[in-house]
Amino acid sequence: MADTTPVSLGKLDPKIPTGPIEKRWEKHRFEMKLVNPANKRKHTILIVGTGLAGASAAASLSELGYKVKVFCIQDSPRRAHSIAAQGGINAAKNYANDGDSVYRLFYDTVKGGDFRSRESNVYRLAEISRAIIDHCVALGVPFAREYGGMLDTRSFGGAQVSRTFYARGQTGQQLLLGAYSSMMRQVEKGACEMYPRREMLDLVQVDGMARGITVRNLITGEIESYVGDSVLLCTGGYGNAYYLSTNAMNSNASASWRCHRKGAYFANPCFTQIHPTCIPRSGDYQSKLTLMSESLRNDGRVWVPKSKGDKRPPQQIPESERDYYLERLYPSFGNLVPRDVASRQAKFRVDEGRGVGPSGESVYLDFADSIKRLGKDAISEKYGNLFDMYAKITDENPYEQPMRIYPAVHYTMGGLWVDYNLMSTIPGLHVLGEANFSDHGANRLGASALMQGLADGYFVIPYTLGHYIASTKMEKVDTTHDAFKASREEVSVRLNKLLNIKGKRPVDEIHKELGNIMWDLVGMSRTEAGLKDAIAKIRTLRKEFWSNVHVTGEPNFKNSELEKAGRVADFLELGELMATDALERNESCGGHFREEYQTPDNEARRDDEKYSHVTAWEFTGSNDSAAWKPNKEPLTFEYVKPSQRSYK
Amino acid sequence: MSDKKMNLNLKVWRQAGPQAKGHFQEIQATDVSEHMSFLEMLDVVNDNLVRKGEETIEFDHDCREGICGSCAMVINGNPHGPDRATTTCQLHMRRFKDGESITIEPFRAKSFPILKDLVTDRSAFDRIQKAGGYISANTGSAQDANNIPVPKKKADLAFASATCIGCGACVAACKNASAALFVSAKISHLALLPQGEAERSERALGMVAQMDAEGFGACTNTGACSASCPVEISLENIARMNREFMFASLKKK
Repeated sequence: MADTTPVSLGKLDPKIPTGPIEKRWEKHRFEMKLVNPANKRKHTILIVGTGLAGASAAASLSELGYKVKVFCIQDSPRRAHSIAAQGGINAAKNYANDGDSVYRLFYDTVKGGDFRSRESNVYRLAEISRAIIDHCVALGVPFAREYGGMLDTRSFGGAQVSRTFYARGQTGQQLLLGAYSSMMRQVEKGACEMYPRREMLDLVQVDGMARGITVRNLITGEIESYVGDSVLLCTGGYGNAYYLSTNAMNSNASASWRCHRKGAYFANPCFTQIHPTCIPRSGDYQSKLTLMSESLRNDGRVWVPKSKGDKRPPQQIPESERDYYLERLYPSFGNLVPRDVASRQAKFRVDEGRGVGPSGESVYLDFADSIKRLGKDAISEKYGNLFDMYAKITDENPYEQPMRIYPAVHYTMGGLWVDYNLMSTIPGLHVLGEANFSDHGANRLGASALMQGLADGYFVIPYTLGHYIASTKMEKVDTTHDAFKASREEVSVRLNKLLNIKGKRPVDEIHKELGNIMWDLVGMSRTEAGLKDAIAKIRTLRKEFWSNVHVTGEPNFKNSELEKAGRVADFLELGELMATDALERNESCGGHFREEYQTPDNEARRDDEKYSHVTAWEFTGSNDSAAWKPNKEPLTFEYVKPSQRSYK
Repeated sequence: MSDKKMNLNLKVWRQAGPQAKGHFQEIQATDVSEHMSFLEMLDVVNDNLVRKGEETIEFDHDCREGICGSCAMVINGNPHGPDRATTTCQLHMRRFKDGESITIEPFRAKSFPILKDLVTDRSAFDRIQKAGGYISANTGSAQDANNIPVPKKKADLAFASATCIGCGACVAACKNASAALFVSAKISHLALLPQGEAERSERALGMVAQMDAEGFGACTNTGACSASCPVEISLENIARMNREFMFASLKKK
């Protein structure tokens, strides 16, 4: 295979190593500079966020000897939203002896991402996946086991091999607690300092390099500064731009957005993942949506009634009058088609008037056949906690009647642009996990998010950060430096501005309105007219926010309203960028579906000639205005040749 | 699906800050849908407070799916409310009746100081965790995962202990404000696995010592902790912790 030709891409140089893909990471690791062990403790690394990416990075970097300071908005780092991931984590272990390999995981991920990710990054991810499982087991993560004591795996979300490791329906919890425990060990040793209940509100740059952060202490309201030699953003995705999503209530994009405004390019913001199996909403007061792990699709069958407006209870609808539409449309993958496909098909059924439930906005996920075949106990063993959760929320028993599910915003593939070293367009600002854009392309496969978060934190950043530190000269600064003073000032001014609007509308009300615009017009299917409409509406709503929001409380105390207000203000800009990106991308791929670009049988139609690139948006607005310029990083596919994804 | 509406009389603990004197405030919650979660009911109450220009009720919450362990309130005397195996965020209003009075307080324990309204400081749990709640394995040093077989039964037991969400309801439920259930769940999780063997004694000694240093009370085996635990961590863990601690103490001598 030919070497990738280095071309000058300015700020968007992905710094992909040359040579055969299976050797690139190894070669790169050798070529990168090392930091002398005795020197590592002279370097402070600031890590923002303590989910899988942040906690694992904090643990690994502290182990190496760096001085680590780690920040989170929760009262304890263990509460980061990775904790809620249910299904599992992929690894190319081939323990099942069913034909898996690093190459196959790489291939599946590139294809699953609809050819909009970077081959080299994905290959590295697949390569590292194996070490993650080894390490997590060593940390005591209680993965599911077979009777002989070996690790159990299952096939998950469209994969035809059994490569997903899991811990009942709580894999994220167990992996996060593993990373958290490792990090706490370093806290005990004094290698890592922990700052909970802190929200990053600004990035501080000195000589163009990321050298610190400005945070608000969420209990005392104090504005604090921290200095470091590099900043690692591990702050998750931006799904809450839609208001309703499976994200936690406090998940937000503000840390990323503040960095974006200071020069970090935002890549592929329109690539959002709508997860097919969530509990449908029940009313206007709804605060969040709950995911039902897609592992349920291994044993559940998705269906709607054949005729429109059939209001009979599901048990009374005979087999002959049910449409198991995924099995009908995709005979080889059936209920296990990738997320984007399953979600879109559910939407089509609801749009046809064949949705079920009180609002008509859901489809059935039926376990009757599996219970008959495997017994109730076997189903309960696999999915007990999910069934219980469903029953608690809906007051319906899924052992006796089918679940009702509907797609919901779940994950964002887009994020801050990073190069192969996970560094953004701001030198020294690294971005890990869901907050970056790099590995999942236009659609993430199930059980790949946990893999990526931990790969970035445990096994990528420990090397690439060292290279940055070893090859960068920086002056010594402290928090009295002008850049830090100016940042604190800017943050205080903004907070006071929010508190002094004293309009009529609560923050949540405006957030919900934004969410409705995003869901209707920048959701599962998008059109040119709809996106233009969305942009106009978001701009109007942003003006409304800055003139009519009401934020109660004081700046100097715990104040959730103030916290939310700052985040919603940022979502009101990010929402516009998501719509702008969706409008610019005149094709359908993965989670981005433009109605104008579809095949005759309603599948996404990519345009590889014009859109085989990453769109990285550069912020060109000012303090009070938002504007962007698109930049392109071309994508080349040397190994997995782009083809129309087919799951028929 | 029916949708019954109800009106409720809330008595909510309000406290301006850690040093301030707290009091119960009566607030009417009107038009509450039976399908709301308890926290969604509080969202609606807060929305009304904002519209009146009043300060909202502060409470910790995040995932709202019962796994992050953030939400923590005592509802009518019960940590996380009346339902078994249910966090506050998963408690639904269909559990209450129209016209009912509901008392809402923070978790109360000396080791969980109140910060504001229903928000408490539970950082004592982090400090207990760092006193030994880990396996010392540096990144990169692990052997192949299947080199350490773990019998399914053991793995399942370890998992059951490891599911603790660290919310602190066990402390709030205990008349002695003991943290024994929380601490024992972590000690058990790691003691049950072969990977945890090497540091087994130090872990038990370290975590128990830190638990005591934080000022949590002694365990007198009333079982209130397990009964109020949203993930039903079993009392067996406490027995196991006591054994681990005893053996470790003997070995040390």
